[in-house]
Amino acid sequence: MDNILILTIVVVAYLFIIGYLGYYGYRKTKTALDYLVAGRNIHPVVMAISYGATFISTSAIVGFGGAAGMFGMGLLWLTFLNIFVGIIIAFILFGKRTRKMGHNLDAHTFPELIGKRFRSPFIQGFSGLTIFLFMPLYAAAVLIGAARFIETTFSTQINYNVALLIYTLIISAYVLAGGLKGVMYTDAVQGAIMFVGMSILLIFTYSKLGGIIAAHQALGAITDKVPAKLVAIGHLGWTSMPKFGSNLWWTLVSTIVMGVGVGVLTQPQLAVRFMTVKSNKEINRGVAVGGLFILMMTGVAFIVGALSNVYFLNNPNFGKISLEVAGGNVDKIIPTYINSALPVWFVYVFMMTLLSAAMSTSSSQFHSLGTAIGRDFFERIILRGKQSPYTVLITRIGIIIGVLVTVALGYRLPGSIIAVATAIFFGLCANAFLPTYIGALFWKGMTKTGAIASILTGTFGTILWLLFIHQKESEALGLCKLLFNKPTLASFPWVVVDPIVAILPISLIVAIVVSLMTKKPSKEHLDNCFRHF
Amino acid sequence: MFGIQDPGVWLAYLLCILSVVFCIIYGFINWNKGE
Repeated sequence: MDNILILTIVVVAYLFIIGYLGYYGYRKTKTALDYLVAGRNIHPVVMAISYGATFISTSAIVGFGGAAGMFGMGLLWLTFLNIFVGIIIAFILFGKRTRKMGHNLDAHTFPELIGKRFRSPFIQGFSGLTIFLFMPLYAAAVLIGAARFIETTFSTQINYNVALLIYTLIISAYVLAGGLKGVMYTDAVQGAIMFVGMSILLIFTYSKLGGIIAAHQALGAITDKVPAKLVAIGHLGWTSMPKFGSNLWWTLVSTIVMGVGVGVLTQPQLAVRFMTVKSNKEINRGVAVGGLFILMMTGVAFIVGALSNVYFLNNPNFGKISLEVAGGNVDKIIPTYINSALPVWFVYVFMMTLLSAAMSTSSSQFHSLGTAIGRDFFERIILRGKQSPYTVLITRIGIIIGVLVTVALGYRLPGSIIAVATAIFFGLCANAFLPTYIGALFWKGMTKTGAIASILTGTFGTILWLLFIHQKESEALGLCKLLFNKPTLASFPWVVVDPIVAILPISLIVAIVVSLMTKKPSKEHLDNCFRHF
Repeated sequence: MFGIQDPGVWLAYLLCILSVVFCIIYGFINWNKGE
């Protein structure tokens, strides 16, 4: 039977399952609480897998997995941070308090939580607007990754524009109908497919290269094959960290490891997951599931990406390192490896793995975009927080607007933007919201003025850093060149230092200093916020 | 360790495994803890 026909049957069957779960979510959605936070009674395994599947997109598997093909296994520090910060700290320290405070304040979104904690409609509205303005960049990156992959797989049947449109329409349908329940039920199935696919990929790769230790030793033995231009910027081999303080070291540590590793804490689409369970028991159970899930996603992608160098170099059909086989495009390393090193049936499994990774992330992004502009900005600022019977309708309109903006960006942004756009959004969220989020949950002395000052410092500090300092973005955006006739106002190492390293400490200091200088919130309000802590 | 020479890399590999072991133990110890 024709390979494309088999793949089409598999994809159609998969879409039927997703469609049914979206419909099931729609049937179970009766109130705004159901639509926004899944009725606060989601099963712990569904919550944990949904969190992981939302966190991990094609960007993590293909984009960052490909980056590991270039950088090497040093990227495993990001996997460690993904588990330590993204699961252990996020669930145990932040998750439990987020759930309790979310219940106490009857918050339905991340901006609503910090807005109500500091009794500030401005915080909720500004945070919602910031998320709505910048999340489409990240959402478009995931969209582009998915559409490019569909286009490559069905090269003769579907072009990029059609792939983008079909993909968006399918996800929009079940997000609009089923709300967060529909999103989380489909996430759970998609997460299970991802887990199976990545497990097989890890076993196949290590088996093919003679086992764990033999594979790592083989990778260490080809250090002399590192291209001279990479050696010049600090590359010391695929089983070594880059030279300390080099251009490559700063890129790996500040942008990839710190930017994405820490930024996860303030992702609005992830923080809201903690508000979907009814007690901390569910969060405790989620830790076990979430930790293993994340290891099998980013850990496998980074190990396989790095080890692909051994496969390609030892294979007489290639005889080159991964980066050269992929023609210098890191995004092509993982797909090329899958297509050449693994059996045909696994190519189908991996296709479903990537489709699941993309859809589970996109659906949550669309839902968060809708709640950010609908509930956090429109209801809170325009309607001045009045109780509205049209919350679900307003959120649905918000989702449609968010999807349209994302699709428009998806048609315009270049393909090479995927990892950069992801890192920008993660970094912006950390710089703008992390000090306020920490203060909201852990420091009763944090004030409304301190929170507002920190959010504004983080948001505009990040924007200015990207426009005038961080060379990768300042050069691409061109405003610095236009105003000052040079691509960046700084010199090495600042031009390769991610905003999270420079702006987050400033945002944190501003939050503390301003809070110490301004009026504390009332005891009654704090007692209400911290009830049952 | 694990066939990797650079401690900066094998330490990351080891910490990934240990952190997942912690997650699983924590999850099961607190399986029924948490109204």
